[in-house]
Amino acid sequence: MIELIRNPNIDFLGKRNIAFFISGIFVIIGIIAIVQISTGRANLGIDFAGGTAIQLKFERHIALQAVREALESSGLRDFDLQDLPTENKVLIRVKTTEQELGQVSASITDIISQKLPDHQYVVDSTMVIGPKVGGRLRADAAKAVAMAVIGILIYVAFRFQFKFGVGATVAAFHDILVVLGIFFLSGKEINLILVSALLTIFGYSLTDTVVVFDRIRENLKLRQRDSVERVMNGSINEVLSRTIITTLTLLLTSIALFFFGGEVLHDFSLAIIIGIIVGTYSSVFVASPVVLLWGGKKPFAKK
Amino acid sequence: MKKKVLWKLILINVTFLLSVIFFIPNTPLLPHMPEWWKKTMPSRGIVLGLDLQGGLHLVFEVEGDKAVEITTERIAARLKDLFAKKNLTAEVATEGLSIAITPSAADIRKAVEDNYPILAPVETASRLVYKISGKESQRIKDTATDQALETIRNRIDQFGVAEPTIHRQGENEIVVQLPGVKDPKRAIDLIGKTAQLEFKLVDDDAKVAAELPQSIVPGEEEELKRQFAGKIPEDTEILFEKRVNKETGAVRKIPLLVKKQASLTGDLLSDAKVNIDSRFSEPYVSLSFNAAGGKLFEEVTGANVKKRLAIILDNTIYSAPVIQEKIAGGNAQITGSFSMEEARDLSIVLRAGALPAPMKMLQNVTVGPSLGRDSIEAGKIAGIIGTIAVIIFMILYYRVSGVIADFALFLNIILLLGAMAALNATLTLPGIAGIILTIGMAVDSNVLMFERMREELRAGKTPRAAVDSGYKKAFWTIFDSHVTTLITAAVLFQFGTGPIKGFAVTLSLGVSINLFTALIGTKSIFDIINSRRELKKLSI
Repeated sequence: MIELIRNPNIDFLGKRNIAFFISGIFVIIGIIAIVQISTGRANLGIDFAGGTAIQLKFERHIALQAVREALESSGLRDFDLQDLPTENKVLIRVKTTEQELGQVSASITDIISQKLPDHQYVVDSTMVIGPKVGGRLRADAAKAVAMAVIGILIYVAFRFQFKFGVGATVAAFHDILVVLGIFFLSGKEINLILVSALLTIFGYSLTDTVVVFDRIRENLKLRQRDSVERVMNGSINEVLSRTIITTLTLLLTSIALFFFGGEVLHDFSLAIIIGIIVGTYSSVFVASPVVLLWGGKKPFAKK
Repeated sequence: MKKKVLWKLILINVTFLLSVIFFIPNTPLLPHMPEWWKKTMPSRGIVLGLDLQGGLHLVFEVEGDKAVEITTERIAARLKDLFAKKNLTAEVATEGLSIAITPSAADIRKAVEDNYPILAPVETASRLVYKISGKESQRIKDTATDQALETIRNRIDQFGVAEPTIHRQGENEIVVQLPGVKDPKRAIDLIGKTAQLEFKLVDDDAKVAAELPQSIVPGEEEELKRQFAGKIPEDTEILFEKRVNKETGAVRKIPLLVKKQASLTGDLLSDAKVNIDSRFSEPYVSLSFNAAGGKLFEEVTGANVKKRLAIILDNTIYSAPVIQEKIAGGNAQITGSFSMEEARDLSIVLRAGALPAPMKMLQNVTVGPSLGRDSIEAGKIAGIIGTIAVIIFMILYYRVSGVIADFALFLNIILLLGAMAALNATLTLPGIAGIILTIGMAVDSNVLMFERMREELRAGKTPRAAVDSGYKKAFWTIFDSHVTTLITAAVLFQFGTGPIKGFAVTLSLGVSINLFTALIGTKSIFDIINSRRELKKLSI
């Protein structure tokens, strides 16, 4: 029998102050990120901010500078470029403009064709989002996260107790904030795909937390004489190897996705990878301590 | 073997077989299947989303206010006729969405309100101002969206796209999805064109017409209009003809003074066809008017010989030929150095008719076919590598039990693909990610069971007892943890559009199937092993 850790006996809850401190910092960054996103100051994707994104695939290598000069000399303003040199791809993004929607992408391809006639290309993808749709998608995303939070709160409160619901939701929300904060700090694009990654992280984090809670519930019944904190610590230790192994298998697939899944899923899988790690941490260091903190004074029903 | 286990085995085999049958259309095997198979068995399988097969996803907003404005103008024109017939002297002018009539006399008011009950008075003091009533304008907007939808459907049908999706969204939006379109720009032009065809007389008699510049460069149109505002006769306007120099590609705009009132409009057409000019071998669009249109065309041309008649589409002049003589027979042509494709698209929009109001593009997501192909390839590779990594890890860590978990994983993948094929679910790029993540998550249920079994073994139980109680104790944990993921997947499905919906579908199917394979699949294998003989040792 291979075992990662034999009979672990770590005092997880005793380290809750350190955990709360570290988590607190990240959560604050996450909250700042949300504020910045809602005021439109973060690096929002075209789907949220509105505008035009067009990805060109050139036949051979092209210097980003050449594309920049061609566009600038034609009077295009407020655009940014990003390239994928290994595949000769260039992504041109133009945020909100006064020009009629749809005209922007046409004029970009016209400019490239005229100014850089030696560089043959195909249009890989175009995304044009009107400001109205962008606002709607933002609102939808916020609504979705809220709905997920409420749904989980209800389910966990129903299956366990309300304080467990709070603990699970706080932990999962913590994970979303941490990943969002990291993406915000590193200037990565915040878009719809990231939101679906966040909701997935939310789900996985809960899975981890529920497994821990389940054991706590079971042990509360078995070890009535022990203090709640001891029961919690013991339960976390008991499921620790499962937590680690599942995290590993999930990491294996998401790392495969990160390296081989293609450009479009790159940031998505990065978010998932960070989220899985943070989710594992939070199910151990955040969820149970929050339950203890929230409902520690009241008796734990040993149902 | 116990009966219960037998039933489980049958269930597993049947679902496995069904999955394979449903998934066959997505494999290269389908063309090699016998005739009877192709006829009777499922043939559609998993559908690729727009992001994977390439295509367009467009959202348009029908500008309902414009439709109301057009109706308002039409009523104003009819009011003038009405007053003339009744010998009433009154000035009628339209101001955006309202009609202003002076003077405010009782008989005029009665005439208006008797004939047009849909008009609601806004002002009655010094002059009469009417607006189309709220309820009626709502109806006009509603009809405009429906008509636009119908017109777009007609245009796309004639353009020829396999499996387009066109539907209304909300109050005034139209969603168009066109998979596999090669020339997205052309398709967007074709759909978004209002295609309001008008024939207007050119006013060369007005003095100011001679003051207009020969031509201007694009972008100066508004400036020129501002310059001449107030100078041109009230019943005229300045429109532009676009001329492209064939050698240099330079675009010039030629301003023309035309009558505001159209002599004829596109709704009088009965057909539009592409023809090739025999002299220059250039395509042009020939128009046929219906009976009423033909008669009107004859009258207009007859009364205006030697004058120019501008042919205008969406406020752009295509050509303005001089009327040589009265034209009977109801035929006309639109020339204007078209390419074959342009001429064909123009004839399509003219045949399908004009949109009742202009549309604004709200959203356009276009994916080229090569990006989709690359994405599928990348997804396959990532999936295979991820799966192999998990399989190896499980065997290394859990030995024989790991093999059992891997078997459950394999079953999980097959059933997931089968279920998606059976539902004709749409596979999107995030959906592929969902499948790959499901693979990582699939072993979780088994890990939960195995860890529990190990604990039971450590506590000194026999292998069989350890399996049974490990399974029993893990059951609710597995159930609870899966339901939480299902809740988030449901939320994703609810809120997501296109690609993200696809993700939610694979995620939720994956989780549900995972419950099945773990609770039925793995357990029955342990049962079979245990039923032969009592195991001394459990390889876990």
